[in-house]
Amino acid sequence: MNKKRFSEIIGFAILRFCLGLVLLTLLIILWDIFTKGYSSVSWEFLSTMPRKGMTEGGIFPAIVGTFLVTVITALFSIPLGMGCAIYLNEYAHGGKLTRLIRMSIRNLSGVPSIVYGLFGVVLFVQLMHLDTSVLAAGLTLGLMTLPWTITASEEALKSVPQAYRDGSLALGATKWQAIRTNVLPYAIPGMLTGTILGLSRAAGETAPILFTGAAFFLPVLPKSLLDQFMALPYHLYIMSTQHHAIEQVRPLAYGTALVLIALIFLMNSVAIFARYKLRQVKLES
Amino acid sequence: MSEIFTNSIEKKNKIAPPKISADSFPAGEEKVMTAEDRHSEARIKGEIKIMVENFNFYYGNHQALKSINMEVITNSVVGIIGPSGCGKSTFLRCFNRMNDTINGTRYEGTIEIDRKNIFDKDLDVVDLRRNVGMVFQKSNPFPKSIFDNVAYGMKINGIKDKSKIEQTVERSLRHAALWEEVKDRLNKSAFALSGGQQQRLCIARALAVEPQVLLLDEPASALDPIATAKIEELIHELKKDYTIIIVTHNMQQAARVSDYTAFFMLGELYEYDLTTKIFTNPTRKTTEDYVTGRFG
Ligand SMILES: Nc1ncnc2c1ncn2[C@@H]1O[C@H](COP(=O)(O)OP(=O)(O)O)[C@@H](O)[C@H]1O
Ligand SMILES: [Mg+2]
Repeated sequence: MNKKRFSEIIGFAILRFCLGLVLLTLLIILWDIFTKGYSSVSWEFLSTMPRKGMTEGGIFPAIVGTFLVTVITALFSIPLGMGCAIYLNEYAHGGKLTRLIRMSIRNLSGVPSIVYGLFGVVLFVQLMHLDTSVLAAGLTLGLMTLPWTITASEEALKSVPQAYRDGSLALGATKWQAIRTNVLPYAIPGMLTGTILGLSRAAGETAPILFTGAAFFLPVLPKSLLDQFMALPYHLYIMSTQHHAIEQVRPLAYGTALVLIALIFLMNSVAIFARYKLRQVKLES
Repeated sequence: MSEIFTNSIEKKNKIAPPKISADSFPAGEEKVMTAEDRHSEARIKGEIKIMVENFNFYYGNHQALKSINMEVITNSVVGIIGPSGCGKSTFLRCFNRMNDTINGTRYEGTIEIDRKNIFDKDLDVVDLRRNVGMVFQKSNPFPKSIFDNVAYGMKINGIKDKSKIEQTVERSLRHAALWEEVKDRLNKSAFALSGGQQQRLCIARALAVEPQVLLLDEPASALDPIATAKIEELIHELKKDYTIIIVTHNMQQAARVSDYTAFFMLGELYEYDLTTKIFTNPTRKTTEDYVTGRFG
């Protein structure tokens, strides 16, 4: 009995240690970025163009660029991903082909992002003549997030009890009616959460936009979706590794990192908040 | 045990409509109508609601129902009993073709409801399911308000008239003996109801689309005795307007609520007769063993 108790204490101690280690690492990173970055973040930094070869000025175009490209990613991957998930989970018969498709999707989510970047160059930039542009980069990121969106959406659909579908059908609903009125409303919170988490990952990616649209230095806003753009992660990459005066611009790089992290944090909060709100609506109604 | 089973397979099932020899009734009770008499009368009056003919059903290679023949008289209650896994639920799900949703199922033979084969190509399965309501074993209220649960079937069937929906919701809830308990909280979540209330809500929901046949799959198996009694009382009321087929695991329940009882075993309809006959004087020994609790 005592021995059992003892091993339990040891077990919990090890688990706590693991958790502590992860949290500590995370906190150190955040602390480092925050302390070194917050002094360079100001309204001016957020709202002006970079000047003098990026040694001065702000990151406004990079914020706008990341925002635009994320919107395109969302518009591309949310409807397509949800549609695929609905088809796979509700309509496809669980045969060999479905299993193969599902396995491919799982595998695609493990493909390195630079590979998506190269694929985007070939498909969107060259074949579809979109050139290096916001659109090409957004679509490339969209492709990259698609496996995540599909998987998350499918999980959300799976979590809706079969009894809701059967109950609807038994009342004379068509299959699509049953899905629309008695499955999707309960799956959408989960779908959105997974999707937004995927999007926030995409917003922080550099490799896929490197060849498909992100500009090194472009102190004007894109005028159309076919223009090049600046993006936060790429800007950060340049400021911290490619710049001619790295030491001088280090505070600006940290400022950029802080803004990027804040943006992603904001997106994830929205995801959590949306899920919370939608859950509440569901339980109340 | 094994004897019973070999026995059941050897004897081929030819029991519906039931044939009962005269000597199975003691003298002095000849005026009592046998199941056969009642079915003949119903046939003449055109009051046969459901007719099952040479019906086989398969899950892949597994045959779950074996050459079933059976008639159900309009506005009667048929209880289906039998050991678990004998195909009761499968049989029930045939009447509204819910088995269509399971991959790899197939059937042979016909089931006619109002003289129309429900497997006909030109029959709309959505219409069929509106006509043949179903209440599942595990109550499955939707995560909506009590009102919206009952109104759901009408809404998906395109009824928009608000006052008609309200009237039907009230009537269905009254019919399901739930109105008095929920009339002050129609907009509260259905999940706030007790198990027995949830099951009656599911019955109300099925009634709201105005079906003619009601299928109940062990509707009271998860309920306490008081809630069960309420459901049974309800079935007595409902049979004035509906033809009801109820699967039950509980022998007393079958004896209490049904007019006819069908005893299934290993996918065969083993005996089908008046409930009183099945429970007091069944024709076959296996039936007697089952209803007296000697196996099952
Ligand atoms: N979805 C299914 N797929 C394959 N076999 C099934 C399925 N549902 C039921 N069965 C089989 O069909 C037989 C009858 O099952 P069921 O109708 O559920 O019996 P009961 O309701 O009498 O307990 C059982 O042998 C069961 O294993
Ligand atoms: Mg069953």
